[in-house]
Amino acid sequence: MSTTVATGPAEVAGHTTDPDAPLLEVTDLRVEFRMRHGTVVANDSVSYALEAGETLAILGESGSGKSVSAQAIMGIIDSPPGFIAGGSVRYRGVELLTMPEKQRRTIRANHIAMIFQDALTALNPVFSVGFQIAEMYRVHQGVSKKEATEKAIELLDRVKIPAARERIDHYPHEFSGGMRQRVMIAMALALNPAVLIADEPTTALDVTVQAQVMQLLKELQQDTGMGLILITHDLGVVAEVADRVSVMYAGRIVETGSIQDIYERPRHPYTLGLMESLPSMDSRGTRLEPIPGSPPDLQNRPTGCAFHPRCRMARPRCATDDPPLLTIEGAGRSSACHYHEEVHLERG
Amino acid sequence: MSERTTDKEQDHVYERSMGSGPDLPNLDEVDLEPHEDGPEAGLWSDAWAVLRRNPLFIVSASLIVLFIVMALFPRLFTWFYPGEQNVEACSLSLSSNVPGQGRPSAEAWFGYDIQGCDYYLRVINGARISIFVGMFVTVGAVIVALTFGSIAGYYGKTIDALIARITDVWFAIPTILGAIVLLSVMGNRGVPQVSMVLIVLGWPSMLRLMRSSVLSTKEMDYVLASRALGARDRRLIIKHIIPNSIAPVIVYATIYVGVIISAEAALSFLGVGVQLPAISWGLMINTASARIINAPHLLFFPGLFLSITVFSFILMGDALRDALDPKLR
Repeated sequence: MSTTVATGPAEVAGHTTDPDAPLLEVTDLRVEFRMRHGTVVANDSVSYALEAGETLAILGESGSGKSVSAQAIMGIIDSPPGFIAGGSVRYRGVELLTMPEKQRRTIRANHIAMIFQDALTALNPVFSVGFQIAEMYRVHQGVSKKEATEKAIELLDRVKIPAARERIDHYPHEFSGGMRQRVMIAMALALNPAVLIADEPTTALDVTVQAQVMQLLKELQQDTGMGLILITHDLGVVAEVADRVSVMYAGRIVETGSIQDIYERPRHPYTLGLMESLPSMDSRGTRLEPIPGSPPDLQNRPTGCAFHPRCRMARPRCATDDPPLLTIEGAGRSSACHYHEEVHLERG
Repeated sequence: MSERTTDKEQDHVYERSMGSGPDLPNLDEVDLEPHEDGPEAGLWSDAWAVLRRNPLFIVSASLIVLFIVMALFPRLFTWFYPGEQNVEACSLSLSSNVPGQGRPSAEAWFGYDIQGCDYYLRVINGARISIFVGMFVTVGAVIVALTFGSIAGYYGKTIDALIARITDVWFAIPTILGAIVLLSVMGNRGVPQVSMVLIVLGWPSMLRLMRSSVLSTKEMDYVLASRALGARDRRLIIKHIIPNSIAPVIVYATIYVGVIISAEAALSFLGVGVQLPAISWGLMINTASARIINAPHLLFFPGLFLSITVFSFILMGDALRDALDPKLR
């Protein structure tokens, strides 16, 4: 089962792959939702790259556009109203956005798979979990029903569902939240995808189960060498598993860096705010600092830096000049703040 | 990590969520839901468990089975009957048109009609047309509704606009009036003709129901999840959309059988349904209506059977709705 997918086939949906290209590369992605009352830019110049075996966390609060970028990669944005207005998504150097739907479909699950926040609603309530997992093999690989069921049991075992053979005939609502999420993970991993996008995989779970599911994802990643994109608003989850972090705010990436960099030396006031709103060992007896205000309405984006109305470091320039995402301190580290050098001085 | 927790708890929570591997509970020991080896569950098996305990369902299901058997094998209800041999032998001398004659009795349970035919045998044999028309029309309308309702609801946009608008226009045609117009120009009216006309006029309400049900089902996460796992449209519709949106249609279809049976009777009564010498409850009521004072049993028995049939389908529909609609549970 645990074949390495890191090298992968030389051909993807009939296109030749580029061995030097990153596993998954998103460049300047722009996603718009065109509604009757105006256009919402849910993703603007979103860029990130993922290598095999790596975990990239996309961190941001609700409505920051982090799930939209994942749906754009999968090609499952509801259109209309959603439109991909620009940019590119390359998988092993193969452009996905211009690919016809028929080829695109073969990418899903075979190469890039996705798991969702609430596994109860993401599993079909009228079929048993075994049937739903076995279906993946029957449809994509054309194996017999019996063989597919055996593979499904094997897979449930692999995601550590106890007594997999008995539980295969159970329905989604008979599983606990954590078990359901494991079933969802099993379905996503059925065809050994090279990239797994986990959209808030643990948000609907309680803390101890969260840790188990993250641990499971980590182990599966080590087994298969897949790249993992973890979309979350939970800094605890990020700290546990991520290698690199991209912080999103109002549809844009505002800071990127390695996990240590982001936690130890945030270079954007928003990231700093997130850190300070988190309880920590040495904050005993002090009040937690929430970020004042609420996320901006993407239809009426604030002028200049979108974060300036909530930023305690804001200066007149922030209200007029839109700061670009610039590389700082070398590769893989960038910030979209005019005053990124001063951010660490703010740290209390 | 809400603000309500005390500092001590916060530290605790923090450790747990930020904690690293070794402190984690053993995966194989925790989160083990006690799993009972009860009956398998799912929408349909849950519904069955509810139905089995519902007396209304038991009553209506028994009646429906009884009428269906009556429609398929009328002899099962007549072989023991004292007047069995009279089935083809109508004798005008027994006609209930003669005052004081042809009333229900021990030999002829339901009496005789104006032709002097045994009325019990006729009422039993009349079940066939009512049940058949009800079933044919409902199956036909459900097929149309499932096919086009799911296509319209799933694909949306132009194809939906097209199907939905045609349905609305069709919906505006009154069923009975439309059926009278269409059937009155047909020379030869049997079960196929009547069924066809009722299907042609009856599908819109079913389709509208299916479409709206599909519209809400297609927004479910499992449809998106299945798409993200590479399912194509046809599979999504057959495996995910239809099984999850069919419940209200089944409820409505059950009630609809009753509605169509009474519609067929109404058409026969109005003289545009099936024609003599076919035996149908509607035709019997038609003949009886002029003699309601002299021979009330001619109206009573077919009317009773018709009402009980319609009633049991509507009761069954209600029982199914109780079992299938999760909001009522």
